[in-house]
Amino acid sequence: MNRRFTRPQRMTILNGMMTFVIVIIVLQLWLFTATVNMYLGGKTGILLPALLVSAACLGLIAGLLWYLYGLER
Amino acid sequence: MPRDRDQITTPPDGQPMTEQPKWRRDFPIDIPEDEYVARRDLIKFMALTSGAFVCGHAFLAAHSLLRAAEPAADAARPIARVNDLQVGESLSFAYPDGENAPRILVRLDEERFVAYDQQCTHLLCPVQARFEEGVLHCPCHNGYFDLQTGNPIAGPPRRPLPRVALDIRDGVIYATGIELSPP
Repeated sequence: MNRRFTRPQRMTILNGMMTFVIVIIVLQLWLFTATVNMYLGGKTGILLPALLVSAACLGLIAGLLWYLYGLER
Repeated sequence: MPRDRDQITTPPDGQPMTEQPKWRRDFPIDIPEDEYVARRDLIKFMALTSGAFVCGHAFLAAHSLLRAAEPAADAARPIARVNDLQVGESLSFAYPDGENAPRILVRLDEERFVAYDQQCTHLLCPVQARFEEGVLHCPCHNGYFDLQTGNPIAGPPRRPLPRVALDIRDGVIYATGIELSPP
C-alpha cells in the first residue's frame, strides 16, 4: 500500500532520516580514519572488513534515499 | 487545480499572503518546499560523501592487495661495516631507494644493531637516537620511541616506527627488508 503523507509528515520523516544519515557518515569517517591508521601501521587484515562495513553504510544511506524518493511518487 | 491546505505557501513570518510585501506576493516562494528540497539534497550529498569513503576503503584494500602481489623489491643491500659504528652511535642511510626512504641505524651493544624508518609516524619529522635514554626522539612535537622496539612511548605518535630487517655477514651490515609492524 502506498500511503500518502502530508507535507509536514514528510518533513518530519526527512528530518529523522537526515539525523540518521549524519550519524552514519560520522561513523564512516571514524572508520576510515582508523583504517588508514591501521594501514599505515602495516596491519592490513582490517582493510576488507572495513570496506564491507563501509559499503553496508553506503547501502543503508542509498536505501533511505530510495525510500525518500518513494515517498514523493 | 486547488491545492491541499498543507500545500499552501507559507511565508517565513507566518502572516497571510495579503500582509506580505509586494515583491513576495509577486514572486511567492514555497518556503517549506524549499526547505524540504534543500534537506533532501543534503542527504543526497551525504550519500555521495559515503560513496567517497567506500572508494577510499576500496583504494586502500586494492593498494594493499597489489603491494602483496608484487615481488619483494627489498633486496639485501650493504649499509655499513660493523666497525663503522661504536656502541651508542647512529648512522643515517637510505633504503631501499634514494632520499625518499631515510633510515637510522643504531648500535645497541657489541653484537646488536637496530634500524628504523627515520621519519616520525606522527608528521614525518626525522627522529634522532638518544642512546643514553634508550629512546628515539622526534624534536618537532616531542615524540619518543623505544630504541629497542621502535614502539611509541610518549608524545603524539601512535604507531611504531617501521623496522628495517638487518643481516650481518662478514663484518658487513645488510638491510634486508622493511617490517611495518613489530614482530
